[in-house]
Amino acid sequence: MPSVISISKLAKHYQVPEREAGLKAAAMGLIKRRYKNVKAVDEISFDIQPGEVVGFLGPNGAGKTTTLKMLSGLLHPTSGSTSVLGYEPAKRSHDFLRQITLVMGNRNQLSWDLPALDSFDLQRAIYSIPRDDFKRTRDEFIELLEVGDLVQKPVRNLSLGERMKMEIIGALLHKPKILFLDEPTLGLDVTMQKRIRTFVAEYNKRYGATVLLTSHYMADVEALCKRVVVIHHGKLLFDGDLSKLVEKFSAFKTVGFTANGSSADWSQYGDVVSVEGGRVTLRVPKEKTSAVTSRLLNELAVDDLTVETAPIEDVIESVFSVGKDIVE
Amino acid sequence: MKRYFDYYTSMMKLSVLEQWQYPVANYFYMIGMIAEPVIYMVVWSAVANQQGGMVGGYTPGTFAAYYIVWTLVRQMNIAFTPYGWEWRIREGRLSTTLLRPIHPLHEDVAFFAGWKVVMIILWIPLAFALSLIFKPELNPTLLEGMVFFVAIWMAYLIRTITLSLLGMVTFWTTRVSALFELYFAAELILSGRLVPLSLMPTWVQELAWFFPFRWAFGYPIEVLVGQMSMNELFIGLGMQLAWILFGGIVVNLIWKVAIRRFSAVGG
Repeated sequence: MPSVISISKLAKHYQVPEREAGLKAAAMGLIKRRYKNVKAVDEISFDIQPGEVVGFLGPNGAGKTTTLKMLSGLLHPTSGSTSVLGYEPAKRSHDFLRQITLVMGNRNQLSWDLPALDSFDLQRAIYSIPRDDFKRTRDEFIELLEVGDLVQKPVRNLSLGERMKMEIIGALLHKPKILFLDEPTLGLDVTMQKRIRTFVAEYNKRYGATVLLTSHYMADVEALCKRVVVIHHGKLLFDGDLSKLVEKFSAFKTVGFTANGSSADWSQYGDVVSVEGGRVTLRVPKEKTSAVTSRLLNELAVDDLTVETAPIEDVIESVFSVGKDIVE
Repeated sequence: MKRYFDYYTSMMKLSVLEQWQYPVANYFYMIGMIAEPVIYMVVWSAVANQQGGMVGGYTPGTFAAYYIVWTLVRQMNIAFTPYGWEWRIREGRLSTTLLRPIHPLHEDVAFFAGWKVVMIILWIPLAFALSLIFKPELNPTLLEGMVFFVAIWMAYLIRTITLSLLGMVTFWTTRVSALFELYFAAELILSGRLVPLSLMPTWVQELAWFFPFRWAFGYPIEVLVGQMSMNELFIGLGMQLAWILFGGIVVNLIWKVAIRRFSAVGG
């Protein structure tokens, strides 16, 4: 199946002026400016198939948003090639723009003083959506996100989470084939995050849309993405299944058990995370997990032994902390 | 074409709805704007009275007509300013507009066109009050009225184009406010905003022909107030059209180069 998103050696460099602090440096800057070349995105390549939901991960400043902006045609790449649905995004052809959307956590496309319904109608006109289609889609999304009682209130009177739901409805009314979601759950409470995740998953299922999602909330990634692409300092660190990422970078496992009256120096089995009411939690190097659990079962009378993979947040953190040389 | 009609009517509707949220604020804004022509009107009427009732062909009554029509033309040629461009480029707010399959200039034109509908409704009672106080001498023919209607919309387009060109400088300089102040000074002298152009030295009048300011401000007023021949009326419309076409081409060319520099910071 041909890719719907294909990027090859994509790069974006910026010339950023820099100077020391103080008046003297500011005065010197008038005569001779010093620039630093910043590689926001440094020759990354990947392909995405139709209908895939891919998590695009990286710490702040890794180049995620810059990449999404290049893929949606907002920024011109410094070098490399990009193809989205067969279009070159930087040309921003209207046919291309009609088939994509970019949702940013801080984006504001709704009229602040009016109910969201008025802004939705403008979206209808912008994307030339037939009125019947528009009403059907709008009402479907309103129902899915359970915002029927909010769409008639001025946007300024809505909470952050409620506004985000409206932004998402507005951004999807034209039923785009490609969704670029940049921190769509930023600053939202857990319930609201879950509602938006469910909605994105449902949209993907109903319309077969392709989704490229960035989020600092790993719950978003775990719930929606089978595949993840990880970048750091503009370079690609990992591209593959989330489960493989966890397997590869999870150096430790968490072993928990009920001591059942036994007492011992738990540190001989691993790093002690906690001992609470007879329940012991240890952190054990992945390769030693089998040996440690065998010892615990043979040497002590333990109950409820559990072995868990490290939380995904810890795994991602360890990916960012390792160097490119030890990452495939 | 149908698509653009639908877009323009929808955007104008949205703009009207937004402006009606704050009618009192809009009224105070308009009263503030009217202070400027009222001062000019009072000063020039006093000068005309001192000169035996006429200056450069203008009586206090025709001055009143000039500056009352001025207030309408001023409302009509309000457009998205370079300050706005500076804000939308520096803050990355242009991103939202760029993601839409329609040129951002259409959004500006349509939004402010809708705004004008509200402002004109608010303007009518103020113009009536000014007329009662200053007693304008205004007797336009039907043709002059029709040409005026076309001319004020073309004036709006010319000003939108020129201010957009100025605003796009932000793609290179990040700040454009100082340049706008220079533009504003030139506009004041060469447009007929400060004083009817016929009262200016001949060289200023001749110079005004080659800049867009007169066609975006003074010309529509002169159509309704001045004694223009039919020839002059249509030459003026031709000049407006030429500026719109020329400006449109230049905007398009500069936009293509400028947009490559957009860094979409913050948005």
